Amino acid sequence: MHTGSAFSVNEDPIVLSAQNVHKSFGEGDILSGVSLEVRKGELISIIGPSGCGKSTFLRCLNFLEIPDHGTVTAMGVTIARQGGAWRRADEAMAHKLRTHVGMVFQSFNLFPHLTVLENVLLAPRVVKRETGTEERDEAMSLLEKVGLGRVAQRYPLSLSGGQQQRAAIARALAMRPEIMLYDEPTSALDPLVAEEVLGVMRTLDNEGMTQIVVTHDMRFAEVASDIIVYMDGGHIIEAGPPETLCVNPVDERTRRFLRTVL
Amino acid sequence: MKHGLRYFLARFVMVRVWALAILVGVAGLSSVPSHTAQAADPIRWAADASADVPYTFHDLKDQSRLTGYEYDLMQELGRHMGASLEFVQNDWDGLIPGLQRGLYAMVICGIEITPEHAEGIDFSAPYYMTSERIVVRRNGPQLTRLEDLDGHVVGTIKATQAERILADHPQVQVRTYEEETNVFMDLVNGRTDAILIDGPIAQYYGATNPALQIVGEPIGKVAYGIAFGKGRNAALREQVNTALAAMMKDGSLHRILARWNLWTPEMAHYAEDSSTLDIAPTEWQAYVDAQQGNAGWSARVKRYVGFLPLLGKGAVLTLVVSLLSMVLAVGLGLTLALLRIYGPAPLASLAALYVEVVRGTPLLIQILFIFYGLPEFGINLGPFLAGVIGLGLNYAAYEAENYRAGLQSVARGQMEAALALNMTHIQALRFVVVPQAFRLVMPVMTNDFISLLKDSSLVSVITLTELTQTYIRLSSTYFDYFGTGLMVGAAYLLLGLPFVRLARMAEKKLAQPHTRRR
Repeated sequence: MHTGSAFSVNEDPIVLSAQNVHKSFGEGDILSGVSLEVRKGELISIIGPSGCGKSTFLRCLNFLEIPDHGTVTAMGVTIARQGGAWRRADEAMAHKLRTHVGMVFQSFNLFPHLTVLENVLLAPRVVKRETGTEERDEAMSLLEKVGLGRVAQRYPLSLSGGQQQRAAIARALAMRPEIMLYDEPTSALDPLVAEEVLGVMRTLDNEGMTQIVVTHDMRFAEVASDIIVYMDGGHIIEAGPPETLCVNPVDERTRRFLRTVL
Repeated sequence: MKHGLRYFLARFVMVRVWALAILVGVAGLSSVPSHTAQAADPIRWAADASADVPYTFHDLKDQSRLTGYEYDLMQELGRHMGASLEFVQNDWDGLIPGLQRGLYAMVICGIEITPEHAEGIDFSAPYYMTSERIVVRRNGPQLTRLEDLDGHVVGTIKATQAERILADHPQVQVRTYEEETNVFMDLVNGRTDAILIDGPIAQYYGATNPALQIVGEPIGKVAYGIAFGKGRNAALREQVNTALAAMMKDGSLHRILARWNLWTPEMAHYAEDSSTLDIAPTEWQAYVDAQQGNAGWSARVKRYVGFLPLLGKGAVLTLVVSLLSMVLAVGLGLTLALLRIYGPAPLASLAALYVEVVRGTPLLIQILFIFYGLPEFGINLGPFLAGVIGLGLNYAAYEAENYRAGLQSVARGQMEAALALNMTHIQALRFVVVPQAFRLVMPVMTNDFISLLKDSSLVSVITLTELTQTYIRLSSTYFDYFGTGLMVGAAYLLLGLPFVRLARMAEKKLAQPHTRRR
């Protein structure tokens, strides 16, 4: 397991950074200036009460949600927002940025009209126009890796929730991203099944994948994260390695939150 | 996310529009017939031969042969003019609009020369003179004079001199019909007590029916003229008038009318020809014989077998028109639906407006508008193309609403997942959202296609002889709505069945992943 720490000097390069990200829907501010730097190979957990903006922030990182203000850089691709319309050129940059960033959703969002294997193959075929047998072999080996080799020809809705989420991870990995985002990946699963998914994420962590996870699963956050980020009211209240943040939180709000969930 | 999508949608729509343009182009090439008139072309004339005994109609013994006293007259006219004439079939209601559109140069179809008619068209000199006659049931009230008709239900053809005469008798309950056959059917069935109608029709439909008889004296005076477009073809009209005069002078018109047993005292007076020709009414006799030959069952079955090629031809046209319209409807409908959901505001509201206007107006009017109305703006479509476009544009509105519902019921997360996988909006729509939406709306689409198959009968108003038009023609020629109706009904069913099966298969396939759900 990668052991990054805020106190030890981490020499790994920064692969993703968000600077002063603002987002509001109508009246309410969801994000009021959120900044975060992520180094290669880190596993970051973002925790916080419902409605604190953690999912919105995650979705701003690959521009599924377009920030009103702020700058996001991923693997050297930078998009700076200063209000105003989202233009064609911006969409092109977001497209470029997303080549480096994969995402997994709470409700899996597998494509129900395609088999599991076709789900994994669709994006490489459509986006990268890779249609050879190598692609197929690679997709199969990804499915083997997440333990779904036997169900490759089945349709998503015939699988268990845990299987579906693992298939969704394999689907994201097929685009060979350097960074993976997870939006409450286990919230729709019961704890036993969730373990299958978390196991895959740990494996990826061991292989050096950079991962950012929005989660309610404190146990996972505590055990697996390099950094835990606590968000509340559209701000990052504090961030640090689990041994610091969970044992000795600085802010009163963090303390109160941890009391309720631990 | 909406902002980005708009740019890409514009591109997507462009591709659709191109595809549509190509479709239209291809259909245009194959459209029949072309209306480009060249110097060497024959002179085109039109009539509604679907049920018009004894004017121009399909020979009862041989449906592929045209006959009728007006048909014979036109052949003779061609000989006198030294020109070759070409017959064009058109629906009664479309005859005059077609003239104004220049689909043909003249119409001969028992059109009465009246001041009202003369406002819209130019007439040749009269080629036939007759009068109105009263027809009644032999076992019904014997109403022999106009005055006797008061208080009775009287049938006639709409927009004719007979109808105008009846309008002067407010006590008469007038019932007007599109077609001769129906007028006489209702009299036979007791729905009306009498008919007031042009002499030739009374003779061929009334006198040949053992249940009916012509009674009383001839009423009024009726003159038929050949119709020309208002202010068009003045030279041709002169030529025709000269030839008609010659035909009266040399007795050739008299001979034709004698063969059809239609020489009248009015005609003798008009042509200044009091001679009696020694010519047997052969055509009249042939018609009477054919009518009587209709009775036996074996003759009937034989006749039905003879209908099969005609029905087959009608069915092919119905199917081709329906399939092409559906392709157009699906393409345009999908484009409209995508515009309404993802398009920029002005385009989205345009799409919504299109749907509302097209859904809110009758298909029949749309087809007539495209075929007869658009030429005023220089858009001159052939009947086949006009039919396909009319049906396609109409059904596109319904399909658009289906697809909109379908697209909206595909979960939002599907689009997001596709975008997160670095697909463009277009790719996401094409490979993820639209395929799912299509599966959802498949049953509704099948439904629509089957009703399109039946609605395609409306193209008969723009000269296309598809299944329904074939039915009308055959049934009214033989007074046989029942047997012919069963045959045509069966033909429609047979056309629709493969698509119902296809849809079932697709539904099954689509249901598969869901049924395997835990």
